[in-house]
Amino acid sequence: MKHLLSAGDLSRDEALTVLDTAVRMDEALAGREVKKLPTLRGRTVVNLFFEDSTRTRISFELAAKRLSADVVTFSAKGSSVSKGESLKDTALTLEAMGADAVVCRHAMSGAPHRLAGWVRGSVLNAGDGTHEHPTQALLDAYTMRRRLGRVDGLRVAIVGDVLHSRVARSNVLLLHTLGAEVTLVAPPTLLPVGVAEWPAAVSYDLDATLPKADVVMMLRVQRERMGQAYFPSEREYSRRYGLDRHRMGLLPDDAIVMHPGPMNRGMEIAAEVADDPRRSTIVEQVSNGVSVRMAVLYLLLGGAQ
Amino acid sequence: MSRALLDAPDVARVVDRIAHQILEKTDGATDTVVLGIPTRGVPLARRLAARVHAFEGVEVPVGVLDVTLHRDDLRLRGVRALESTVEPPGGVEGKLVVLVDDVLYSGRTVRAALDALRDLGRPRAVQLAVLVDRGHRELPIRADYVGKNVPTSQAENVRVLLAETDGRDAVLLERQEVAAR
Amino acid sequence: MSTWLIKGVAPYGGDPVDLLVADGVIAEGSAAGAQVLDAAGLVALPGLVDLHTHLREPGREDAETVQTGSRAAALGGYTAVHAMANTDPVADTAGVVEQVWRLGREAGLVDVRPVGAVTVGLRGERLAELGAMADSAARVRVFSDDGMAVHDPQLMRRALEYVKAFGGVVAQHAEEPRLTEGAQMNEGVVAARLGLTGWPAAAEEAMIARDVLLAAHVGSRLHVCHVSTAGSVDILRWAKAKGTRVTAEVTPHHLLLTDDLAATYDPVYKVNPPLRTAQDVAALRAGLADGTIDAIATDHAPHALEDKETEWGAARPGMLGLETALSVAVLAMRETGLLDWRGLAERMSAAPARIGGLPAPGLVVGAPASLTLVDPAARWTPDPAASASRSRNTPYAGRELPARVVATFLRGEPTVLDGKATR
Ligand SMILES: [Zn+2]
Repeated sequence: MKHLLSAGDLSRDEALTVLDTAVRMDEALAGREVKKLPTLRGRTVVNLFFEDSTRTRISFELAAKRLSADVVTFSAKGSSVSKGESLKDTALTLEAMGADAVVCRHAMSGAPHRLAGWVRGSVLNAGDGTHEHPTQALLDAYTMRRRLGRVDGLRVAIVGDVLHSRVARSNVLLLHTLGAEVTLVAPPTLLPVGVAEWPAAVSYDLDATLPKADVVMMLRVQRERMGQAYFPSEREYSRRYGLDRHRMGLLPDDAIVMHPGPMNRGMEIAAEVADDPRRSTIVEQVSNGVSVRMAVLYLLLGGAQ
Repeated sequence: MSRALLDAPDVARVVDRIAHQILEKTDGATDTVVLGIPTRGVPLARRLAARVHAFEGVEVPVGVLDVTLHRDDLRLRGVRALESTVEPPGGVEGKLVVLVDDVLYSGRTVRAALDALRDLGRPRAVQLAVLVDRGHRELPIRADYVGKNVPTSQAENVRVLLAETDGRDAVLLERQEVAAR
Repeated sequence: MSTWLIKGVAPYGGDPVDLLVADGVIAEGSAAGAQVLDAAGLVALPGLVDLHTHLREPGREDAETVQTGSRAAALGGYTAVHAMANTDPVADTAGVVEQVWRLGREAGLVDVRPVGAVTVGLRGERLAELGAMADSAARVRVFSDDGMAVHDPQLMRRALEYVKAFGGVVAQHAEEPRLTEGAQMNEGVVAARLGLTGWPAAAEEAMIARDVLLAAHVGSRLHVCHVSTAGSVDILRWAKAKGTRVTAEVTPHHLLLTDDLAATYDPVYKVNPPLRTAQDVAALRAGLADGTIDAIATDHAPHALEDKETEWGAARPGMLGLETALSVAVLAMRETGLLDWRGLAERMSAAPARIGGLPAPGLVVGAPASLTLVDPAARWTPDPAASASRSRNTPYAGRELPARVVATFLRGEPTVLDGKATR
């Protein structure tokens, strides 16, 4: 692996290696007082965040620091990035600094692909526009495996704004690679034209999908979409596509509820569902994110380059 | 080009000898555990424990110690897959730990193992058993038990084959174009 | 004026003849004293005419100038280009169109025919002084807000009617703007995968459907720029069958390239209208072959490096086209057996001249000697750094193309010889 730009770039074996490596990372840190391994000492990881995302940025920072990499973070605010410096100029600056890996978050789809053409180090896509967020998909698969013991054969419903969701795109690709059966559930306005070609089933009916789901993954729905006529009102959206206590009751007994965060409580997910200790994996997803990102950093940087 | 340094019966003899030496030097293997370093240190550790048991009826707990995350020479090779570290039953606290690896070369693996071991607890003492010592140490490390000392050049490679991982037992000396370490 | 004897050239790929060029026209009689150009194996075509060229001057001389664009045009076999109005300032007054026209004359490599804006500042609010531009020295006949559509249907109707007075034509960039807000590429399977906002085919087709109905209603001529979808071809075919006076152009890139190239996220493939699917490409080729689409027009759109070496979403849309148009047309239409040399000459010279109100080009005695000589056997690979354009945004870099322009004559004077511009 040289870069991680799309979850679709991972073969089944590579994806399983990431998940297995994440387990090892968890084991290696379990019970340690100082959560730090010397593995990536001397390597420089640059977090390049053109778009604000505190949780993803912190997760990558922690992952890199736990492997003893030198971590530099450029955030959109207060750096040259916000002063209109082009992506290319930024790339050349990173080159000059000798970055071994660049973790790139960007509001435009494909920005990490462009970056990968301009820098020698590895590029890690930490979310690009409405395209992909591969480490999120990896941590979701990791969470499923921890909770349910496997990914292969799981029935996963991904619910909400698929059209604008990088999380959905990466999950569809990765879960398909890992043998899960994915069903996308959304109002037709929030599904892309061309979704029929995806390796996933499509449904407009959440109630009909839930009884056959081992995993239900709720996507964040931005309230602004309402103004663009994707759906008439928040109330109607949450009535048709929100996960509340009643709907949670339709799930099989051991099914889990996931959300990549940040949540709109009361919109796509009811507070009591999000906080349900038995089904909700939302907090766990955050801690699993660090392990999975350590695994990815190790696999990208832990060898000869 | 390769030439056999040890064949299968040689390997068995060497393992037996080390097992005897461990019994001697550890006072009958009391409070002793063996920790195999992946990949081939693990089956070797199991064999040593089995032979000790066969000779004296003593159960020596076996563990696995993956040292990859503690290596300082990762840049020199492709990414290595991580293996599970498995604590021996009863842990390592206060025990005599015998680290087991196939080949002792620069000593960097052992250094990483000492670091990794710290995460498991504080042993009373640590010893090292290797099937082959090929020299060229880069750190002040020596083995307590050595199956065979093999003077090598750096352009050569010592390859250990074990039935559990490779289908047969043998130790080969190979010449290679570029010395990899 | 120089006299040339072009020996052994094959007009339209037919039997070889010697062409005498004297006093700016194709001549008969004595070749005494003529400079001889050995053209054995070359095909002669009337000088190509481009209906859709962005020369960027005034305003973005860092991307292209009338001079550099003219040179690229001549190297591509062109003897006339229509310079689009979306400059800065916009070509919406007699003053600006005359400036562009004069710059073209000074460059002297092709006839630069300015296109006038339909509306003031391309803002789509009120008509520009179309008559003044028509009456100016530039004698504007093609009007277009290209870059954006004349969206207001009432304004479009009036423009169509108004230009009848001086034989003008409105060239519409057909794009329903509400359907393409934030659009980055063709809406479809590839866009869905890449997470790029889609530009639906219906946004083009809806606008063309509206415009052909308006043109039919007021009995005006309509020209449709850069048709890019199979559905547009169907609508045009229907309108033409009904007798509507509509003409249409297609770009070389829409005849060859498809939207899956966006998977590289390299904005060299970002263009408006966007690259479409293989089905669309096939329909466009068929439509061009059967005359539903009248002309090939380059939509030559130079962009400075910083507008392309960027994220896809931040890049400007557009591709270079002048130097590669004929080769791409040969690849897409001639090598597929859809058009012969005569058919290509019709689509790249005669039809665009007719639409733009220029005299009919031809290779007959007495006609102006504006012509181009093409080596049909050549294969070449465009190199962005070697382009005569000031910009580098060719989508064909590293792609082998057939046929190469060897020489171009503008009214008897060579603008290109041995594949090199003469000035
Ligand atoms: Zn246009």
